Amino acid sequence: MTTPALEVAHLSKRFGGLPATKDVSLSVSPGERRLIIGPNGAGKTTLFNLITGDLSADAGSVRLFGQELIGMPTQRRVHLGLARTYQILTLFPRERLVHNVVLALLGLDRRRWNPWSILTASRDLYANARAFLERVGLGDAAERIVAETSYGERRRLELAMALAQKPKLLLLDEPLAGLSQAERQTVRALLDAIPREVTIVMIEHDMDTALAFAERITVLHYGEVIVEGTRAEVVADPRTREVYLGD
Amino acid sequence: MTPRAAAGLALCVLALVAVPWVIGNEFYVNMASQVLIYALFALSINMMLGYGGMVSLGHAAYLGIAGYACILATTAGYDQLTAAVFAVALSTAAAAFFGVLSLRAPGLGFIMITLALGQIVWGVAYRANDLTGGDNGIRHPARPMPFGFDISDAPSFYYFTLVVFLVALFFIWRFARSPFGASLKGARDQPRRMRMLGHNVWLVRWITFVMAGFWASVAGVLYVYYNLFLSPHAISLQQSAEILLMAILGGASTLSGPIVGAAIITLVKNVVSTYVERWNTLLGVIFVVVIVFMPYGLVPGCAQAWERLRNRMKSRKVSPAASEPAQ
Repeated sequence: MTTPALEVAHLSKRFGGLPATKDVSLSVSPGERRLIIGPNGAGKTTLFNLITGDLSADAGSVRLFGQELIGMPTQRRVHLGLARTYQILTLFPRERLVHNVVLALLGLDRRRWNPWSILTASRDLYANARAFLERVGLGDAAERIVAETSYGERRRLELAMALAQKPKLLLLDEPLAGLSQAERQTVRALLDAIPREVTIVMIEHDMDTALAFAERITVLHYGEVIVEGTRAEVVADPRTREVYLGD
Repeated sequence: MTPRAAAGLALCVLALVAVPWVIGNEFYVNMASQVLIYALFALSINMMLGYGGMVSLGHAAYLGIAGYACILATTAGYDQLTAAVFAVALSTAAAAFFGVLSLRAPGLGFIMITLALGQIVWGVAYRANDLTGGDNGIRHPARPMPFGFDISDAPSFYYFTLVVFLVALFFIWRFARSPFGASLKGARDQPRRMRMLGHNVWLVRWITFVMAGFWASVAGVLYVYYNLFLSPHAISLQQSAEILLMAILGGASTLSGPIVGAAIITLVKNVVSTYVERWNTLLGVIFVVVIVFMPYGLVPGCAQAWERLRNRMKSRKVSPAASEPAQ
């Protein structure tokens, strides 16, 4: 058996008395597309935050290709090949788009410690950043300020920044949230184009896109894994209906 | 750098070099030296404030540590260069330690811890009579003779300060435009995102804290050379606050802002105080007026006003349809 790209075991997190993640275990194979669904407050984003280290877990383990991440600061996990996008856009609004991607590239580049050289003179960084913007269809917008771009463009910038990190495991937190039908098509095509070397775990409410994209689905409810299986299994499972439609 | 910016910079440097000739009066030449020393303090605090979003109220601590260390090492018989190097090294090491303590808490906690550390240094200087002379302060024996040059008179000391200032300015200018500076600004705006991009936010902030401490220590040694005297009054909370205000008044997001702020506050303190008794009030009024009308400080505020004026002139000259947005 190959080592799973992501292996979460007995992960728990409480906020005061409220359990946000209860004994969650899941395993994602390399190259897999995994969808995580669940009603609002099910603990999906909390799970992402525990995997990235934005939140510290109370108990349990998170392994990335066999390596334990718990106890490691976020940036170390990132250097091991973890990347994510945010449901609530987390960009640098006063900077140019290309600068946003340069910051993403810089994060994994030793040059980030250099207090002496002139950043804009690093032409390779900028060329590379432009290439990633090109990839998400923002090549022409590279020199624009983030605050002057549309919401759809910012969503794609989020994606470009995560892709620029060349992740092994990519966590997508509602990459389609707030997009128009046409924009959804664009982003979906972008997601489909991501090569299989990248394992993807995605939280998404747009079922049409999400179900088409994912191979396996995990349903979270009140911080617990309720159902897990293939598309057909999860859709057919009565517990899924219970969670979404109430009993 | 564009040719225009280079020409502007060359002009500024030329103007700074010409200051003693133009002014002539020793009192004002000395004041120009003071402006440069305070500008270096303001520039150093602005590395944290403007680029890192870290508000420190204890920056005078480095003036204290470097200043007293320099005086004590010199009076203990070490030569001036050794004393200065020792002073800056000790004070920078203190900054490294203070940084570890201060950066444990973000935002308000950071301000309070830097304030407390600054007060501790002040308190020690005030109480350690045998070492620091307590309230009376201690004298520095004499100004050094860098490379055999005598810098005891006003113009030559001004040039000495100017050289140190320009070297520091060059380093800080590079710092602001470097990849490291970009990480720092990113950490100011979106620390969580920066971690998720692989940046070590804590370490970036700490290194900045230490660098700011280093340049403040250099300014501290210059301060001692200028006054040939140091007492706890020079490192009180008011001093820390004034350095902070210089950076905010001029515009913390810019490189030139802290220099402008330092010039204005130093001039008001020294020139106006000879005519107006309540010069502190005047300083307060200036500060409030500037912040009300230019919330980001004088330099960005004036740049904005200039831009607006130019656009208005342009749209008056050319028909509105043909006017282009200014680049």
